[in-house]
Amino acid sequence: MNALPVFPIVLPALTAAFLVLVLRHRLGAQRIVSVGATVLLLIVAIVLYGVAADGAPRPYLLGDWPAPFGIVLVLDRLSATMVLLTAALGLVIALAACGGWDARGRHFHPLFQFQLMGLMGAFLTGDVFNLFVFFEVMLIASYGLMLHGGGERRLKAGFQYVAINLIGSTLFLFAVGLIYAVTGTLNMADLAAKVPHVAAGDEALLKTGALLLFLVFALKAALVPLHWWLPRAYAAAPGPVAALFMLMTKVGAYAILRVFGLVFGESAGPLADVAAPWVLPAALVTLALGAAGVLASRTLSGLACFAVVWSMGLLLVAFGLFDAKGVGAGLYYLVHSTVAGAALFLLVDVLRAARGPAADRLVPTPTLPSMLSAGLFFAVAIAVAGMPPLSGFLGKLLILDASRNVPAMAWIWTIVLATSLVVILGFARAGSALFWKTAPSEAAAADDAASGREEKVRERPLLPVAACATLVAGTALLTVFAGPVTAALDTTARQALDTARYVEAVLPAAAAKKSVTLSRR
Amino acid sequence: MIALIALVPLLGAMLPPIVIRSGRDRCTAVTAVVSLVSLAVLLAQVPAVFSGEPVRTSVEWVPALGLSFSFFLDGLGLLFAGLILGIGLLITLYARFYLGRDEKVGRFFAYLLLFQGAMLGIVTSDNILLLVVFWELTSLSSFLLIGWWSHTPEGRQGARMALVVTGGGGLLLIGGMLLLGQAAGSYELTTILARGEVVRGSPLYLPILLLVLGAAFTKSAQFPFHFWLPHAMAAPTPVSAYLHSATMVKAGVFLLARLWPVLSGTETWFLVVTGTGLITMLIAAWIALFKTDLKAILAYSTVSHLGLMTMLLGFGTPYAVTACVFHVINHATFKAALFMSAGIVDHEAGTRDIRKLGGLRRLMPVSATLALIASASMAGIPLFNGFLSKEMMLEAAAHTALVPSLATLGALLSVAYSVRFALGVYLGPVRDDYPHRPHDPPAGMWLPVAVLAFLVLAIGVAPQLLAGGIVALAGQASAGPVPIPEVHLSIWHGVTPALVMSAAALVGGLLLLAVFGPLERVREKTFRPEAKAMFDAVVAGAVAACRRGIGPMHADSLPRWLAAISATIVVVGATAFFTATYAPGTRDLLPVEFLGVVAWVLLAAACGAVVVLHGHRVLTLILTSVVGLVVSLAFLQFSAPDLALTQISVEVVTTILMLLALNLLPKLTPPEHAPLRRLRDGGIAAAIGLGAAGLAYAVMTRDFTTISDYHVTQAKPGGGGTNVVNVILVDFRGFDTFGEIIVLCIAALAVVALLDSALRGAAARRLDAVRQGLESADAHPLVLVIATRVLLPLALAVGAYIFLRGHNEPGGGFIAGLVVAIAIIMQAMASGYAWAASRFRVDAHALLGAGVLAAGVTGLGAVLLGRPFLTSWHGHFHLPLIGDVELASAMAFDAGVFLAVVGTVLLSLAQISRVEARAEHRPVPEGPLDIKFGRRQTTPTGAPLTTARVDAAKES
Repeated sequence: MNALPVFPIVLPALTAAFLVLVLRHRLGAQRIVSVGATVLLLIVAIVLYGVAADGAPRPYLLGDWPAPFGIVLVLDRLSATMVLLTAALGLVIALAACGGWDARGRHFHPLFQFQLMGLMGAFLTGDVFNLFVFFEVMLIASYGLMLHGGGERRLKAGFQYVAINLIGSTLFLFAVGLIYAVTGTLNMADLAAKVPHVAAGDEALLKTGALLLFLVFALKAALVPLHWWLPRAYAAAPGPVAALFMLMTKVGAYAILRVFGLVFGESAGPLADVAAPWVLPAALVTLALGAAGVLASRTLSGLACFAVVWSMGLLLVAFGLFDAKGVGAGLYYLVHSTVAGAALFLLVDVLRAARGPAADRLVPTPTLPSMLSAGLFFAVAIAVAGMPPLSGFLGKLLILDASRNVPAMAWIWTIVLATSLVVILGFARAGSALFWKTAPSEAAAADDAASGREEKVRERPLLPVAACATLVAGTALLTVFAGPVTAALDTTARQALDTARYVEAVLPAAAAKKSVTLSRR
Repeated sequence: MIALIALVPLLGAMLPPIVIRSGRDRCTAVTAVVSLVSLAVLLAQVPAVFSGEPVRTSVEWVPALGLSFSFFLDGLGLLFAGLILGIGLLITLYARFYLGRDEKVGRFFAYLLLFQGAMLGIVTSDNILLLVVFWELTSLSSFLLIGWWSHTPEGRQGARMALVVTGGGGLLLIGGMLLLGQAAGSYELTTILARGEVVRGSPLYLPILLLVLGAAFTKSAQFPFHFWLPHAMAAPTPVSAYLHSATMVKAGVFLLARLWPVLSGTETWFLVVTGTGLITMLIAAWIALFKTDLKAILAYSTVSHLGLMTMLLGFGTPYAVTACVFHVINHATFKAALFMSAGIVDHEAGTRDIRKLGGLRRLMPVSATLALIASASMAGIPLFNGFLSKEMMLEAAAHTALVPSLATLGALLSVAYSVRFALGVYLGPVRDDYPHRPHDPPAGMWLPVAVLAFLVLAIGVAPQLLAGGIVALAGQASAGPVPIPEVHLSIWHGVTPALVMSAAALVGGLLLLAVFGPLERVREKTFRPEAKAMFDAVVAGAVAACRRGIGPMHADSLPRWLAAISATIVVVGATAFFTATYAPGTRDLLPVEFLGVVAWVLLAAACGAVVVLHGHRVLTLILTSVVGLVVSLAFLQFSAPDLALTQISVEVVTTILMLLALNLLPKLTPPEHAPLRRLRDGGIAAAIGLGAAGLAYAVMTRDFTTISDYHVTQAKPGGGGTNVVNVILVDFRGFDTFGEIIVLCIAALAVVALLDSALRGAAARRLDAVRQGLESADAHPLVLVIATRVLLPLALAVGAYIFLRGHNEPGGGFIAGLVVAIAIIMQAMASGYAWAASRFRVDAHALLGAGVLAAGVTGLGAVLLGRPFLTSWHGHFHLPLIGDVELASAMAFDAGVFLAVVGTVLLSLAQISRVEARAEHRPVPEGPLDIKFGRRQTTPTGAPLTTARVDAAKES
């Protein structure tokens, strides 16, 4: 039972290895094992959430080496929340992928499990270098998943994706090198203990390292002007994969919160809140650019991608406040936008398959998609654009509420509300083109010719549609139970910003003392 | 309990689509029952409301936000809720007969109930954030209903326009309500209403006012946001009658009335609200006069009357508020009746164009009579209810400056268009060119109109009896703490200024109509801004601007993206460095050594050469491998033999795999032009390079203490090995290594998946088209074959040796894996992949999986023993014959690393070889020692053979 915190990482890793070793030629068995393992993962995640709920961060010393000398995982409310979200979304997506996507190329399920492992590791680790390792796991697994099914478009977008993200990885190493050179440690708790006492002459190097690290995370979180990779990559990725990628951007946001709330937070002495002056302006620009992209998109997948950029802007507006209220609001919005975004990408994929040659272009087709998909689109659009009654509205309200007493309040409110309107307009136009307008009848002949092909493409959309509906129901539940959820997330936010408690929990007193004397020497 | 008023229709909206299976009538009945249940709940509260008891209920929803599920009911809410439900019931009946046979009635009623619930929510919310939720819900349901006939462009455009305008207003309302809650210290209306002074004194008052007014004006179609309402008329007529005249558009008026005690009474309030209302009233009435579509006339008339109500609220006097409340009732009754009448005309005569109508009085006497009653009320003729509230409006206006004449003008225009409506449609001669022969509709359609027309008359005749109570109650509720003058509604007040103004309006209106013809010709010639065209232009312009901005920026251009990212790195990095204190390092520099200089020059030359020659792929690869070699020399120099070994073997493996892959690529990269761009990129690259060098220098010239002291001291006692690097890799930070072998494993799987797709479809066709360059006829040189075969056992032995000694001396599973992999690759290179693969029968997939499993299971072993994952264990064993042996669990872990590394390399090799084989276009020579000396002699030229020539030779 004590070993439970490592299971979200080891379980998918060993599942993937098992799939490669034993079941690599048997898709049916792969599905059963993969889904079964994800169910197990969800159970573990629920138990962990329960364990973490008492509020004490729990270090897990890998290899039984004392912190900060070995690697620690840290289970606290924040990591448990992210683990739970990942496991739950992972299960829904695993099922959606069984609707046919996993048969379109090799090794979907092993790569999927490895991807889950990377996400879980990134959320659980308490060590900056270990975080780098999990970033690599995520990057390479996501690259494999993105290319799943092949095709020129995916290949091209995938290359761009991996090239840009390798720059990020390189930068990560530079940043980590600088931070290590000054502090001599990469354990987050140890860093948090040492950063406030950094020698004056070392401040420039540490600050450079810290901000370069911020850029790495901002790149993952698709903050403008580092967002370039996202629109094409997500649009080209298979539907379930794009849905899973909703968590990838969140890793960036999470890492910003973790490192710049905890290590370089308000108690970091001369480097207190070092990222704060950068996050908010970048987030606001991201909002504006994302909304403009939503309006400019000619395809539904493009629209969905820019909606993700927009939502990342909103999320980082909240995190960028670096106070308990902002972070609490941000966490609620994080959960919401992950679920809603995943639903959107699953739906885009279903529509792309159902609309024949028009695919996901925002042009009318001779026959309208089914009422079911129209209804789902309406609900998902409401959720993503942040209109009542779904949780996006509450998230937006929480963020506005949290930002009301900051100096940039007028900017934040104006941009958030104005871009919301643009996003609503974008979705209204898209929905109207997809579900209301029909193409002139002359195109009907062309459609008849294509209908044979259409039949072939439409392979068991039941599972993806059911997955999408489940996620929409998820946002509805998130709305109904917003009271308890926000209360829990507020507590989580306060804990996430409580550096002293984290350090105390992770570093045994002796080590803490020793690390301080070391840094003085 | 009162929460049910809104919740019953919202939840009941699920029923009609289900019930529709058992028929349209039953579906209608169910819809009506839902509304009736809600109405019953409402009516049950009437005694309490009249007696002044607070009717309130509250359930917590999001306490962190102050958002609660709380409702309250007072006179104002009661009045509106009654209107919503009463007219809703009539509309339900009407829609049953109005909608065509093939319309999806179930869905229609579902939307209608959704709207009803949302609207009831607005008027009964106690929490203002909850009010915003319902506010936006009405926008959404209105969107669906306007777009009901989604096959028409008008329907789609009208729906989008309404959503954008009213939804945008809703966003303003979010801001306004959040600020209002802050200023008042509560989000509960019941509390806020008592704190008007506090709010008006708050510095937030002006933003609150503007935001709330923005919301109210958009919803209630006040100038300049009035344009969406006429376009919302694309909706089916029941929707127009219900949402866009009787209820939803009054939500703005309701909001102003609701917050009247809090926000009114300031100069800004008076100027903005009165001014907007007045302008809207006049402009809309003027436009209504010239419209030819019946619904358009009614729509502009609605806008005009909404302006009237807004103006009344702007006056800021309790009397005006009471007048406004009364007019809400009257307008709802006569306008809904008129809309339904217009629908009947459309339904029966087949047109809504006033120029094609006339004389319907004789053809459809019942509906004509009802419609004439309603239009008389709209015109403000005595004995009809519209007259009474118009009188009150004029009376209220008479006490302000300038407004009386303009208000009279509004009333005058109202008379004119009402009379035109009545004349043009119902009176006048019967025509014979109606698209359909009109006759009275089924009773289901005119009955709802009759009910409303009866109310119009009844209230008009006996106002105090029928409406006095509720108007007084609602007026007082709206005015809040300010007592309203005693309400006494009556037809005759004596000769008051209002009566004079009213008479003037009546006469003026008729006169205006007399000169309608010339007036219209004049209007035709004047410039009239077309709001829809402007809106469309704004949207189209925004879309085009976004496309121009976003499109090129995000067009495929990896170099530009990388330039932007790199520039960001430079700017942020430089800013960070130069905004903090920096002290140079104090460490003494090491003396320059000759070998060091050589290596440095080599490195610099290789880098420079890459810059110049980067267009040649193979050369670039070779040159970059020089960098790797120099780096490994540096590792060696600074006593890191493990790293040097790793670096060299990684370099070898990657170079071989890359060379194999490059074989399929063009020899040169695409040409680059644009010198400016190269300059830009060169500048950024130089900045990054200098920055990196500077930082490296800064770091290496200073002393620092790290946690690695602990690793050095603990390697032997805690980790059981003397090679600290290896103990770090497999023990202190074994978890990192676990992650990294998984990265390798994923990379190999990704290679498989990626290249697998290259063997299908378009990529495969391109492969088939690859033209082979010159190739040696000697595919498997004898010397190489023999040398590699002799080396194989040696290499394997070295691998095993390196693996075993790893824990104490330089080496370890990772390096051993690379060495073994190189040995096997060499076989493939020398003797052909097929030859090598047929002798190495283990599927590389299995190696990969087994490697990760071995490492993971080793880690889990510790868990089974109750220790954390990857806890190592080591001990001494005495084996007979061999003697004392030290074993560590880390070795099992290292074995996993070894397997994973070998598996990765071999799997990549296998997959690349498969693709290469495809590009070869012919079977690869099956094994070594197959040099075709004989064939070489058959080529007359003696030139080296290409594969094509070999084939040709074979055939000959």
